[in-house]
Amino acid sequence: MKILVTVKRVTDYERKVKIAPDGSGLVTDGMNFVANPFDEIAVEEALRLAKAHGGEVVVASIGSKDATQQIRQGLAMGANRGILVLSDELDPDAVARLLQKIVEDEQPDLVIMGKQATDDDANQAGQLLAGYLDWPQATFASKTAALDSDEEKAQKPGVEVADGHATVLREVDGGLETLKLKLPAIVTTDLRLNHPRFASLPGIMKAKKKEVKEIAVDSLGVDVSAKVRTVKYAEPPERQAGVKVEDVDELLGKLKNEAKVL
Amino acid sequence: MSNVLVVSEISEGAIKGATFTAVTFANEAAKRSGGNVQLLAIGSGIGEAAGELAKYGAAVHVADDAALANPLAEAYAKVIKAGAEAAGATVVVMAATSHGKDVMPRAAALLGAGMASDILGFAGDEGFAVRRPVQAGNVIATVEITTDTKVITTRPTEFDAAQPGDAGEVKALSVDLGGLKTEYVKFDKIESERPELTEARVVISGGRGLKEAGNFPALIEPLADKLNAGIGASRAVVDAGWVPNDMQVGQTGKVVAPELYFAIGISGAIQHVAGMKGSKTIVAINKDPDAPIFQIADYGLVADLFKVVPELIEKL
Ligand SMILES: Cc1cc2nc3c(=O)[nH]c(=O)nc-3n(C[C@H](O)[C@H](O)[C@H](O)COP(=O)(O)OP(=O)(O)OC[C@H]3O[C@@H](n4cnc5c(N)ncnc54)[C@H](O)[C@@H]3O)c2cc1C
Ligand SMILES: Nc1ncnc2c1ncn2[C@@H]1O[C@H](COP(=O)(O)O)[C@@H](O)[C@H]1O
Repeated sequence: MKILVTVKRVTDYERKVKIAPDGSGLVTDGMNFVANPFDEIAVEEALRLAKAHGGEVVVASIGSKDATQQIRQGLAMGANRGILVLSDELDPDAVARLLQKIVEDEQPDLVIMGKQATDDDANQAGQLLAGYLDWPQATFASKTAALDSDEEKAQKPGVEVADGHATVLREVDGGLETLKLKLPAIVTTDLRLNHPRFASLPGIMKAKKKEVKEIAVDSLGVDVSAKVRTVKYAEPPERQAGVKVEDVDELLGKLKNEAKVL
Repeated sequence: MSNVLVVSEISEGAIKGATFTAVTFANEAAKRSGGNVQLLAIGSGIGEAAGELAKYGAAVHVADDAALANPLAEAYAKVIKAGAEAAGATVVVMAATSHGKDVMPRAAALLGAGMASDILGFAGDEGFAVRRPVQAGNVIATVEITTDTKVITTRPTEFDAAQPGDAGEVKALSVDLGGLKTEYVKFDKIESERPELTEARVVISGGRGLKEAGNFPALIEPLADKLNAGIGASRAVVDAGWVPNDMQVGQTGKVVAPELYFAIGISGAIQHVAGMKGSKTIVAINKDPDAPIFQIADYGLVADLFKVVPELIEKL
């Protein structure tokens, strides 16, 4: 089976980005960039499925030449080859329509994506791609086995693939839902699907020899003009710094008399 | 026409509260677009809920079909597209619940519409620019959707629930749902007697500081019982399997904004804070005086939770 995985290069989620003084953009100079954490989970899931069922894992990213690093990380984890669509920063809709072209070309059985990029927090691209392709979708994929279980340690896939279908457990409000999708299909990952592996040193060495095909965005014939345009960036309202209380009695007193919430 | 369509959410015959928060945004959007508000009811055997929804707009479009008994994005997105066309809607709104997040981008693709997720409100007194959190809520972006049809999900905690008015028209909507490639297998519901996390007046959340799973029932639950509170958690303890997934508060979990939020044994990582900093009053209990949670807490108690939580339960 052939699996396409998407990896977005995002600002390090452990660091706060600065806003340009005029609010026109984010200051990313000197920032550390990483693979979107949900996409690492996607790569891991794809590798487990490929191991269980045989097949190939292709990592795709859309972005600047620097995104090669995040593709190489996926290759170092064990993916077979990469595709980089060279472009400026795009909205999820343009990303989805570019991915549609890649999918039409590559014809994967399954596309695994992150549920959300930690920079734009859009949570859209997977569902958009599924809509454009008219493929079934299962967002927020999870699994019943806990992340510290033996099953997880044995690196078993959470997504079950059999007889041309994928069965996926999903994290939704109020519980867990199970869907069965006819392949080809789109799956987006949630945090409990797996613990992504680290790239090993031999893995990193091997990745250097793996192919990363570069495609100029213009060559795909997709209108990538923004459907959603960001016109301003601002700080969120700051919360007033509070006080420290000495003990439970003082806390209860404040909650009753000052905040009046008890 | 430039009407506004609210996609409602009906579960086991009942309308989800978040739907009415989306109506509030829609009312403002309709003022700006010069159109009216209409609703979309999707499900199977939902006549009663549809009648109730009619009180929130000029019309409710009802897609009542056995194939819609479960919230499958593949089927629902088709209905939303048809509903938007039937309503003459240029703005299509749904609350950013897990179902809204799942289905609305897919509907946007079918409509060829741009979409803004999880918005906080309009950016100005006129026009259609909206504000939305990015970068785990550390940045508020003002975005403009450039397409004629605009798809939006609204963050439920940012809007009050709309009030009912005179009942609008009820119109049947039929959509061809042949050839679905998604099969609904089952739903494992988390049974809970507690107020829903996103709607509770008080939320008690526990983190890794609780040390082990058993301390949720031992410490967090009795405290929640005293305050009739919903229970939340940090990612760390959800990952550890101490509590169900659906209790995770944060950037990638649920967003809550209760009157009173307790963070107990939670460090206050930005991803957690993103989901609770809209709370009116925040209490943090943590033994580390430098824990980042204290930077946003109204009342911080530097203490061993194993000592002070039992005391709190006793004195409440
Ligand atoms: C992509 C991504 C998405 C994420 N999304 C979310 C999200 O939605 N929600 C979320 O919560 N996190 C999220 N996280 C994880 C987040 O970064 C933190 O790792 C997590 O919130 C930490 O949980 P914690 O505060 O319980 O644990 P810790 O950070 O380990 O904090 C435990 C705290 O307990 C205190 N403590 C220990 N013992 C005691 C005691 N006896 N008495 C009092 N205090 C004590 C410690 O001082 C410490 O401050 C995400 C991370 C990533 C990468
Ligand atoms: N520029 C990109 N390159 C590769 N994948 C992307 C890109 N943008 C979004 N994605 C994928 O789509 C998912 C959801 O992104 P978003 O809709 O932006 O929150 C991410 O987790 C990625 O898997």
